[in-house]
Amino acid sequence: MTLDLLDATFAALADPTRRAILARLASGDATVTELAEPFAMSQPAISKHLKVLERAGLISRGRDAQRRPCRIEPGQLRAARDWLDNYRGYWEESYQRLDGLLESLRELDDRRDGSNDDG
Amino acid sequence: MADPTGVTVSTPSDREIVLSRAFAAPRRLVFDAWTRPDLLMRWYGARGWNLVSCEVDLRIGGAWRFVSRGPDGATMVQSGVYEVVAPAERLVYTERFDDQSYPGPTLISHVFAEQAGVTTVTSTIRYATRTGRDTVLRYPMARGVGESFDRLAGLLSSHQETERS
Repeated sequence: MTLDLLDATFAALADPTRRAILARLASGDATVTELAEPFAMSQPAISKHLKVLERAGLISRGRDAQRRPCRIEPGQLRAARDWLDNYRGYWEESYQRLDGLLESLRELDDRRDGSNDDG
Repeated sequence: MADPTGVTVSTPSDREIVLSRAFAAPRRLVFDAWTRPDLLMRWYGARGWNLVSCEVDLRIGGAWRFVSRGPDGATMVQSGVYEVVAPAERLVYTERFDDQSYPGPTLISHVFAEQAGVTTVTSTIRYATRTGRDTVLRYPMARGVGESFDRLAGLLSSHQETERS
């Protein structure tokens, strides 16, 4: 996957209406008319959002010239999720080692405190 | 207990990345882990990288230098100077990689905040230029995606559940 496509994907996901459209499509394919209904938006406005989502690889449009149903493309959403996981994981792996280290330091501390109390 | 969701990332300005992570330990210990070479050797390093040398002169103007070994025996050297050393509270230092691809030193500030035995470390990484930060992040978060992280994560996870196999 090219980084340009990933850029387009994140830009597309940065808009609340487009995220809502994706959430709707996650439960099944829909036509522009069906998508326009809950958003109180004109069909041309929805079509504009759909073009952005399509360019970003997040949805595809059916061949049927009349209806052209929209379908979510899970592969590109997964690519975006992988990128985020990867960035977080870059640091998280090190922090998990620190969790283990701090736990052993705390145990050492407790033992020392314990012996002070006794004395 | 430490936050099980792990590290959070945000981008409050176009030159910064902010990481936040909770640790189940008093801040005195967490600060030690960030500043004592014998402790740093045991945890510090990004994915696939481990410290093989660690020098720390923990005072204002004091230098630090880390050498890491990574995949296929690759070596990485990072170094800098301490600017603020407030034990258990705050640590600020510059950082530069020997072969970094972006200009200028980076300024890193850690704030250690303790509540009920849990220490949250908030690390602000400020790049010398916006280009520097974008090189590190690539473009996605520079476009404000950082702010909508949580909603995006929610969308992605709800989608994961309904995803057709």
